[in-house]
Amino acid sequence: MISPSPMPPWEPLAEDALLLRFGEVIDAALNARVHAAAALLRHQLHGVECVPAYASLLLRFEPAQWEPTAHASSWQRVAEAVRAVLQMPVPVQENPREVELPVLYGGDCGPDLATVASYAGLSEAEVVARHCAGRYRVAMLGFAPGFPYLLGLDPALASPRRAKPRLSVPAGSVAIGGQQTGVYPQALPGGWQVIGRTPLSLFDMRAESPARLCPGDGVRFRAIDQAEFARLSAMPEADR
Amino acid sequence: MSVSVLKPGLLTSLQDGGRPGYAALGVGRAGAIDVPAWRLANALAGNRGDEAALELTLIGPTLRFERAAVIALTGAPVDARVDGMRLPGWTRCVLPAGSVLQLGAMAQGCRAYLAIRGGFMAEPVLGSRSTDLHARIGPHQGRPLSAGDRLAVGESGPVLTRVHTPSPLAWSLDPQPWFDFHASPIALLRGHHFAALNEDSQQRLFQDRFVVSTDSNRTASRLDGPRLALRAPLELISEATLPGTLQLPPSGQPIALQVEAPVTGGYPRIGQIAAVDLARLAQRRPGHAVCFVETTLEEAVARLARRQRRLQRLLHAIAQRLEHA
Repeated sequence: MISPSPMPPWEPLAEDALLLRFGEVIDAALNARVHAAAALLRHQLHGVECVPAYASLLLRFEPAQWEPTAHASSWQRVAEAVRAVLQMPVPVQENPREVELPVLYGGDCGPDLATVASYAGLSEAEVVARHCAGRYRVAMLGFAPGFPYLLGLDPALASPRRAKPRLSVPAGSVAIGGQQTGVYPQALPGGWQVIGRTPLSLFDMRAESPARLCPGDGVRFRAIDQAEFARLSAMPEADR
Repeated sequence: MSVSVLKPGLLTSLQDGGRPGYAALGVGRAGAIDVPAWRLANALAGNRGDEAALELTLIGPTLRFERAAVIALTGAPVDARVDGMRLPGWTRCVLPAGSVLQLGAMAQGCRAYLAIRGGFMAEPVLGSRSTDLHARIGPHQGRPLSAGDRLAVGESGPVLTRVHTPSPLAWSLDPQPWFDFHASPIALLRGHHFAALNEDSQQRLFQDRFVVSTDSNRTASRLDGPRLALRAPLELISEATLPGTLQLPPSGQPIALQVEAPVTGGYPRIGQIAAVDLARLAQRRPGHAVCFVETTLEEAVARLARRQRRLQRLLHAIAQRLEHA
């Protein structure tokens, strides 16, 4: 167990929403606090939707459940409930979920691998080795259904976005944009440098838990060859 | 029972109340952009509540009804004809089997709803039959209708089959409180970064006239007009956004997020449009003016609650009246 979190500053955002601000920077420890708070609030505050981002947490509530009183607005009532929940000791997650993503790097699947290598002053093989060595965490999902923003990129691999975004980046593309790395869950327009592709599907809207990666999950990449990529692509989705 | 799409119109999609609860997975709510109009269309068609209806944009589709059907049109006033006979909006119409309904241009506004008794059917995705055109999820893999599509219709109970001509009811709703004919000002709350606007821009936001840009859609209403500027550039990290959030990208032209907006964003948030006025903004067509008037959260909440009560009363009254029709 770790000690209770102090109530972060908050502001009303809309008629049915408030935003908790834990900080203003991209930082793994700060992001972990956001996810710990989100997990606790989801468990303890029913009917309040939690949307974690890098350093903030959006709470959306049903105004009818939180009618204002003579002394408190709806947002103050929700904030009071949040304060009470955050005073509870937060159980440390012993084993945060770890997800491994097999990736075919370079070639047609990673057309920008050479660009990233030249920015980094490394060989393509070294870029792949360093990308696979990283231990990543899903900071948040956004941009499109199931798109993970991952923390933990080796700073040497940071690469500027493409001057001209692509109109369509294929589903499964693993890419680097600035200090971030992520995976395109479906074909989308995008400006990140594409270095590889995973045959796994990241978002299955028919599934009960549609996103393979959830905010807070740990992620590792494993380099695979063309043959394994083909073998995994041919397998039924559920067995990959 | 099914309905065939002969012509798709400019942009027609299946919409219901949307898919709340998945924002943390990157999935927005989507759903009907003018919720009161969609709910009233369903009520007039004799539905219970959350059935999927068609959302029409600027120019409606041409549809063929295989069997007799009960329909209702609400939202922006749209030209609707069957065999040259003009159908009124904001009421219930019974159409005979084989009717071809031609929906044309909207005299005003941007979005209209066509509900059918029984609702349009499609496999729900994450609990909703709403089409999210931006995220490409929902009916028809998240695309708008195209010619040749067939839309299944749910169980509608007995429908008068002896009707040989389109038969609207003798009464219709007054669209006045539900459709903004006068382009009145849109209520706006100050956002977190309002104070970061320079003084001139703070004044212009509430005093100047903006114009809805042609690249507006269900993701956002983009606003041309005065270019707003910050006192100093802000380097922000992405955080959750909401429909109604007014963002300021580096171009200086504000963007009002709509129902299909990405659930996170990194632009400064200079305002939040009062929920009660968001559909009214969505009904402004490209080229039309938008003015903002400042509101407080308390006032925005009170207006929203009043409208909800009014809508509930009307939905109840419609259900009662149709029972005796």
